[in-house]
Amino acid sequence: MTILIALALLAAFSASVYMLSRRRAVALAEGRSASLHSLPGYHGTWVALWAGVPAALIIILFAIFGARIEDSALRAQVPAAVAELPAERQEVFWSDASAIARGQTPSEISYQGPIGEALAAKTAEARRLSVIGLVSVLALSGVLALCGVLLAYPRLSKDFRARNRVEGWTGVLLIACSTLAVLTTVGILGSLIWESMRFFQSVSPADFLFGTSWDPQIAMRSDQVAAKGAFGAVPLFVGTFLIMLIAMTVAAPVGLFSAIYLSEYAGPGTRATIKPLLEILAGVPTVVYGFFAALTVGPSFRAFFNWVGAMLVEGPMDPLGQYLMTVQNQMALTAGVVMGIMLIPFVSSLSDDIINAVPQTLRDGSYAMGATKSETVKRVILPAALPGVAGALMLAVSRAIGETMIVTMAAGLQAKLTANPLDTVTTVTVQIVTLLTGDQEFDSPKTLAAFGLGLTLFTVTLALNIVALGFVRKYREQYD
Amino acid sequence: MVTSMTLQPPLIRTAAPHSHNPAAVEPSKIVIRDVNVFYGAKQALDSVSIDIPGRSVTAFIGPSGCGKSTFLRCINRMNDTIPGCRVEGAIEIDGADVNDKTVDPVVLRAKVGMVFQKPNPFPKSIFENVAYGPRIHGIASSKSELEGIVEASLKKAGLWAEVSDRLNAPGTSLSGGQQQRLVIARAIAVNPEIILMDEPCSALDPIATARIEELIDDLRQQFCIVIVTHSMAQAARVSQRTAFFHMGRLIEAGPTEEIFTNPRESRTQDYITGRIG
Repeated sequence: MTILIALALLAAFSASVYMLSRRRAVALAEGRSASLHSLPGYHGTWVALWAGVPAALIIILFAIFGARIEDSALRAQVPAAVAELPAERQEVFWSDASAIARGQTPSEISYQGPIGEALAAKTAEARRLSVIGLVSVLALSGVLALCGVLLAYPRLSKDFRARNRVEGWTGVLLIACSTLAVLTTVGILGSLIWESMRFFQSVSPADFLFGTSWDPQIAMRSDQVAAKGAFGAVPLFVGTFLIMLIAMTVAAPVGLFSAIYLSEYAGPGTRATIKPLLEILAGVPTVVYGFFAALTVGPSFRAFFNWVGAMLVEGPMDPLGQYLMTVQNQMALTAGVVMGIMLIPFVSSLSDDIINAVPQTLRDGSYAMGATKSETVKRVILPAALPGVAGALMLAVSRAIGETMIVTMAAGLQAKLTANPLDTVTTVTVQIVTLLTGDQEFDSPKTLAAFGLGLTLFTVTLALNIVALGFVRKYREQYD
Repeated sequence: MVTSMTLQPPLIRTAAPHSHNPAAVEPSKIVIRDVNVFYGAKQALDSVSIDIPGRSVTAFIGPSGCGKSTFLRCINRMNDTIPGCRVEGAIEIDGADVNDKTVDPVVLRAKVGMVFQKPNPFPKSIFENVAYGPRIHGIASSKSELEGIVEASLKKAGLWAEVSDRLNAPGTSLSGGQQQRLVIARAIAVNPEIILMDEPCSALDPIATARIEELIDDLRQQFCIVIVTHSMAQAARVSQRTAFFHMGRLIEAGPTEEIFTNPRESRTQDYITGRIG
């Protein structure tokens, strides 16, 4: 709360500095605004930035890290009574001390005797520390704001290049934002690699990458020695690619053809109706697709295959019939088909944009040669749009590989090494979810396996994207 | 005054004597009567009538937006591809109306080739660009015949010497002027009777323009060529007949020499001398 008030005051201060400096610049111009190097607004902005930004940075940094600094200062001296406690109880003591100091509800443990005194002493210290921290940061930011004004304001003159200086600040802001994005990526990747290393200390990478049996539950129960072979990721990747293939078999042709229809054949009215409808399909949450798959598509597929099986039983194809009779609700086909339906608007919307971007002159050229619409699409428009369409399909593949909800609900959880679309399979993402839901221990291979899977999936997706980009680039060189 | 003009007989009379232009004795290839074109409610062309002779070059000139490109696109029904565009009137090629219900625009466009303002080679190799028309119309019955057609078309378009060693290079790798000649080769590969050119040199430099103009002059021995141009100098150089359009109307048409030296209409004179446009 205090922090917010401080920031608001700072903003008000900067605003008044802006007005003041702007007026100063106007005064410097002596009525001829063209005699200034920069517009008065730039002068105002520049001084206001110096007044506001460094002080605001200090306050924000304090808001983020202040509590942690105060906490470590509080723990610098451990009272003798506390040092005797077991480690978990020490943690509770420290958090109780901070909680009481902040006026929050502490744990229900009662502290008596020397430990009670220690708690009272530490609570008082925590209060004192937080006041000291807040006051010193507010004072520091106030000094910074004043210094900023005092240093910047006197530099204003007719020839002062305030415009270029403000441009410099803009550059810094933009760089800061992009650095933040890059650093986040690096951080995620770093943690992924770090935790995976820990996982690969207990399970060898060869077993993980080439093992054909996935059963992390066994590893939990038995010793780590028995864990060998239980973390073979091959069935998961096979399952992932099987479902991705089924999904793309549905999404690629249907999405592409509807994009062609929308951009080349549909009249303006039809287009105005169908395109929003398709985009609604893209807005359906995947969990809705998930229960649609589990409750509607799965049972009807099962009914259909069982019916076909019943027809074949006792005929020349009896074994196939017997098998089809045993097909269950959960199968790769259900998950794949529903995922494909989910990807249709994604593919069609991207491809539609790409096909529309093909220059009209190419269409005119083809029609003027006496080509029909479908000849034009097949021989001119699709070849011209292919790099973009390939990119769109690769994006769809990435989404299919990363999709979790539909598969969890419709394909089962059993890691089977099979290419049979009527069997239950499981995917990498589903297993990551299963590994990390419920109680977790962060040093068991079971939990760390999630990071191993995540890293492998990341590598595979990255490789796919690189291959796709290479393909697109090669094609561009040839035909652009 | 303008309305009365449209009631007059068409100005280009193929039978009219023109000692300067032997091509003018060719009979009319395209006969157009009272053509109106509308984009939605907006009228783009108003009662245009003209006769265009075969085996010669007819140039359409006029200020931007005067309807000359729209008119050109009526001849091969390219306006069909523009939503909301409506064409009225009679456009006859060799006596057959192109807008007749029995006419398939696909067949018509094989007979009436078109070259556009911006070179628009397809994203294919040079060979495949020229082979495009013969392939879709099934003109060549064997690979060697197709190769023969491609070679002959490229030779006619004056491009063979420059590309014969790299027929598999993409069409877009050529220079602008070469691309435009490639597009002309593509148009003549299906052996059309008429070639429509919509400002074919406006995106080219003077040297490339000169090459295309030479090519147009060669091609007129074999084809009926209609060219829309912004450059009056180009119209004077390449055409035997010129038609001047203004504000959606055909103001005057006749032998190029007469139009440029002794126009009948004052507006033609004003345009040619640079007072309007």
